[in-house]
Amino acid sequence: MEETTLNNGIQAKLSDKFGEKISAVSEPYGLLTFVTTKDVIINVLSFLKNDLNFNFLTDITAVHYPEKEHGIAVVYHLHNMAERLRVRIKVFISEQNPTIPTATVVWKGANWMERETYDFFGIKFEGHPDLRRILNMDDLGVYPMLKQYPLEDPNRVDKKDEFFGR
Amino acid sequence: MSEINIVDAPPGIEGSGFFATSLDKVIGLARSNSLWPLPFATSCCGIEFMATMGSHYDLGRFGAERLSFSPRQADVLMVMGTIAKKMAPVLKQVYIQMAEPRWVMAVGACASSGGIFDTYSVLQGIDEVIPVDVYVPGCPPRPEAILDGFQRIQDLVKNESGRRRNSDYYKELLGQYGIK
Amino acid sequence: MNHNHPVFTDNDPQSELVTLNLGPTHPATHGVFQNVLQLDGERIVSGVSTIGYIHRAFEKIAEHRPFYQITPLTDRLNYCSSPINNMGWHMTVEKLLNIQLPKRVDYLRVIVMELSRIADHIICNTIIGQDTGATTTFLYLFQFREHIYEIFEEVCGARLTTNIGRIGGFERDFNDIAFAKINKFLKEFPKALKEFENLLSRNRIFIDRTAGVAEVSKETALDYSWTGPLLRATGVDYDVRVSDPYSSYQDFDFEVPVGTSGDIYDRYLVRNEEMWQSVRIIEQALEKLKSEPKGIFHADVPEFYLPPKQEVYNNMEALIYHFKIVMGEIDAPKAEVYHAVEGGNGELGFYLINDGGRTPYRLHFRRPSFINYQMFAPMSEGMLLSDAIINMSSMNIIAGELDA
Repeated sequence: MEETTLNNGIQAKLSDKFGEKISAVSEPYGLLTFVTTKDVIINVLSFLKNDLNFNFLTDITAVHYPEKEHGIAVVYHLHNMAERLRVRIKVFISEQNPTIPTATVVWKGANWMERETYDFFGIKFEGHPDLRRILNMDDLGVYPMLKQYPLEDPNRVDKKDEFFGR
Repeated sequence: MSEINIVDAPPGIEGSGFFATSLDKVIGLARSNSLWPLPFATSCCGIEFMATMGSHYDLGRFGAERLSFSPRQADVLMVMGTIAKKMAPVLKQVYIQMAEPRWVMAVGACASSGGIFDTYSVLQGIDEVIPVDVYVPGCPPRPEAILDGFQRIQDLVKNESGRRRNSDYYKELLGQYGIK
Repeated sequence: MNHNHPVFTDNDPQSELVTLNLGPTHPATHGVFQNVLQLDGERIVSGVSTIGYIHRAFEKIAEHRPFYQITPLTDRLNYCSSPINNMGWHMTVEKLLNIQLPKRVDYLRVIVMELSRIADHIICNTIIGQDTGATTTFLYLFQFREHIYEIFEEVCGARLTTNIGRIGGFERDFNDIAFAKINKFLKEFPKALKEFENLLSRNRIFIDRTAGVAEVSKETALDYSWTGPLLRATGVDYDVRVSDPYSSYQDFDFEVPVGTSGDIYDRYLVRNEEMWQSVRIIEQALEKLKSEPKGIFHADVPEFYLPPKQEVYNNMEALIYHFKIVMGEIDAPKAEVYHAVEGGNGELGFYLINDGGRTPYRLHFRRPSFINYQMFAPMSEGMLLSDAIINMSSMNIIAGELDA
């Protein structure tokens, strides 16, 4: 209950400042979640960090929804340690032009998190100091976490399909 | 009466001040009980190897007390853990730097065949890049299993013919992997 | 011409920088990650980290496995303390499914998690000792890891990658042998830990090598999203067990050790004190277990927890539940949940998006080693090489958690 009132307070302050750039507000399992756009995301993050005391960036990741028009959602999790609050911010960007400003201007810790997201989904973070692959091999050529790519290596010659039900 | 076993001498003819046996057997005996392993520990099997080196399971009593991290000074390459495709050239480079005679032990399911990780980024078994002598299955194998694998390597070392490394069969085997 | 001193015909080597490849296979790096360092003598000028040498694509695999088959994957994240990862995953799914656990299960989970935290910190502290030259402490304390392994074996059958617990509780109750082993551990471990402290904590050489080395301020640590003992050593008292309590940690009375300067000595002391606090928590858990009804080791959720085999063979509902669970046809809400636990290295988070199918739509692991390690290269600029090596081992980078 107390969480909901605190979350409502945060939501009110955000709506005051950003108006209808904040949409789809919900609270799954007590965690305030909302959607915003990529042109205001850095302002939203700075506002949350400086004015609302969300001083800790927990994680940056992405999700691929191939059937949606703006198919890639970049997800930020922030944490207000002093008041024990968390918030989740989603930004939907299109698959054909996946660009979004980098969060390294707000937190330096976003560096490797964005590199990992680029490596897996192909999202170009504009202004990132060193955007290159981090976990996969440099010559992989594809962004493997997108839904159209298979889990297994398609070039294997030693697996017999009839044993695996294919 | 102590119950500690030490290694038996090979069969041979003994006299006062001399012992005659075949050279292969003596070399095999000396080599197999003083192998210097190179622990190529990448993941969870590496922690079980650390437990094997600890005092409870003690790999040192089999002669493998001195771990060598430099491949030039090592005899056995123990590959423990998942080898990703990014790591495979590194593994091959380490194997090439080892001097003959050298043996390879693949510890764990991931090194033997890729394990539970049938993905685009994991090498499905190190025998795609280097020749392997002993495979130890398990995920991770118990220290007793690693010791058993080590003793199988010791059997191979003890019974190996001195001419094996120069034979055509061996050269052809290495040629399959592109190693001269 | 005769010279009695060496003549350098190209650039003066005293002004060139040496490139050192602290490569993926190196005895000093505890795991496979690479640092290419530029050295000016012994001092590091700059460094570039390369990771991904053990990338096993956990997040992609998790999109193809039902919930209970993801537990063995989480084992292999931070394999030095795999029960914590298992419990964290089970709690994430229980949060998604709104399952409430009986208190006895919570206390048993706390015992298992604190034992694995002790195991993780044993590795880290003894390896810091070994890297500064004190190998004896490694051998003394590793014996206690064997005792912890025996306790895990008694409960779940495996030593290292435990796959312990189920969604909704445990697979079997802790038997008397397990409790006897835990009590024996609690009697013997404090003595060994005291001996370990006597050898290292006031050791002149150890303090010279670790105190004042690699100091980190609170603001830098928070900026780089550090968590766990590294953050607590800098002075921020953030511990997920206190901040967002899970598994009834709010019923326990323990302290969170906090350092001051964030240097390596503080990190060692914080981990050491956390081991003492873990022993305290386990003792309290055993006390609390005495007042709980015996024999309960899982929640009463037949839709998600496999029924016992005798019932499956005799009872129709049990057979149907068994079939549905194994085939992955469970009714999980279409929602997204984020749950964090305090791992050995910091906040281990699980971000799960479920779309109602057999397998998760997206599962992301917030891995503390990965996020902690990004500061290593910037931090080592200006350090001596030997200090940078000990800095790396004090950050307790586990390669499985780094690459996932």
